[in-house]
Parts: sequence; C-alpha cells; structure tokens
Amino acid sequence: MSIFVRMTQTLGRQRLLSHRFYCIAASGSKEHIEGLVKKDPIVVFMKGVPEKPMCGFSNAVVQILRMHGVDKYASYNVLEDEDLRQGIKDFSNWPTIPQVYMNSEFVGGCDILIQMHQEGELIEELKKLGIRSVLLDADNNKE
Amino acid sequence: MAQYPSVEYLQEKLREGLSAEYVKILDISDSGCIGGKYKALIVAKKFEGKTLVQRHRLVNSCLEEELKGPIHAFSMKTFTPEQWEDRQISS
Repeated sequence: MSIFVRMTQTLGRQRLLSHRFYCIAASGSKEHIEGLVKKDPIVVFMKGVPEKPMCGFSNAVVQILRMHGVDKYASYNVLEDEDLRQGIKDFSNWPTIPQVYMNSEFVGGCDILIQMHQEGELIEELKKLGIRSVLLDADNNKE
Repeated sequence: MAQYPSVEYLQEKLREGLSAEYVKILDISDSGCIGGKYKALIVAKKFEGKTLVQRHRLVNSCLEEELKGPIHAFSMKTFTPEQWEDRQISS
C-alpha cells in the first residue's frame, strides 16, 4: 500500500490512472487466472459469494459442495470484476458462470456438477483431492 | 420475447449441428431475467466416449452465437442413445 501511495505522489494523476487500468486488465489475463486455479485445490468462479450467491446457478454449486461438507474453497465473485468475468470465460473456453476447478483442472459448470453429484462421481473427484464427502458418512448411518 | 431464439429454432440447430437423435428444449424465461432462459435434453450418438465437459463443449460451440448474445441461461442434460434407453427402462 505504501508503495502505491508513494507512486501516486510522485507520478501524478495521469500515471495513477494508467496504473489502475493495468491492474484491472491483469485480473482477466491468462497468467493471473492460471495462478488462481493453481493456488487452491477447489476454485469456484461465481456470481456473488458463497454466503450470498447472486444467481441460482452459482447458488446450486455452493449448495452441492455444502452437501458434501465442502466449505473450504476459493471463490471469486465475477460480478465485482468485469475483466475476470470475461477472462475466465476465455480461459476455460466456457460461455457461462459458475465455473468449478479442482486440482487446477476445469470440472464444469452448474449442470455438470449437478450430474456428477447425482451419479456419485463428485464423491470420487473429492477423494482425489483428499476430501472425504460427508455424504459417505450419511450413507453409512443409514445402513 | 420475440427477440430471443425460439425453441423450434434452437432444437433444429442442435439436431442438425450435432446430428442428434433427440432434442427437447423448454423455454423457462421469466420476467426477472434479461435474456432467454432454456432447459435442454439432448440425446446424440456423437456423445459416445465423451466426458460431460466435452459433451457440453460440443453443444456450446453449436450455439456459440446465441450463447454470446440473446441466451442468458442454457442448462442441459446430455445422453448417448444407449444411456437414454437405460434411463427409460430404469425409471
């Protein structure tokens, strides 16, 4: 922050503006997004935040993960970052939000996550990340 | 609602573009949304041996233009003819 403040003082207003534009543009860049999907085992690009999704499809992804007891994942709100919103679509070559990444790999959007959940595939994917779905324990209790 | 692609148009485009055996689309647009909202069931031999992501990519590229613009939401289920038959029997 202090570097930023110093920069604004020395470089003046014109430079500050261009610096800001640079920051905004960078959030949608391939390098930046690559960094985001590699940083955490599960990454969700969504509308809104997990505590307050702003779209039914994003909400569905959050709820499915919650059903499996998954609440530790990185989420990025594309409504707060127009450049990321377009950038992630280009990066994944996928036209819609939400988008889910596991182990740096694109898993899919809302429909795919729902289908994976219904067919038990999601439990297996989570296992690969070392996460035990709580649905497994729920099944055991029934038996 | 006329500015959004019609269900018939989308069905025909997918049937042709994917050589799909069966395509059924429902228009689920509501007044709270900007743009058309659709739900699709697509059965195609082309999906054989493909992951869900690959299947969805095929559909997305077939509707590339529409998804960029007038379509706000497009939710889909994809099956191979065999999967679809199994599903009919088991349900």
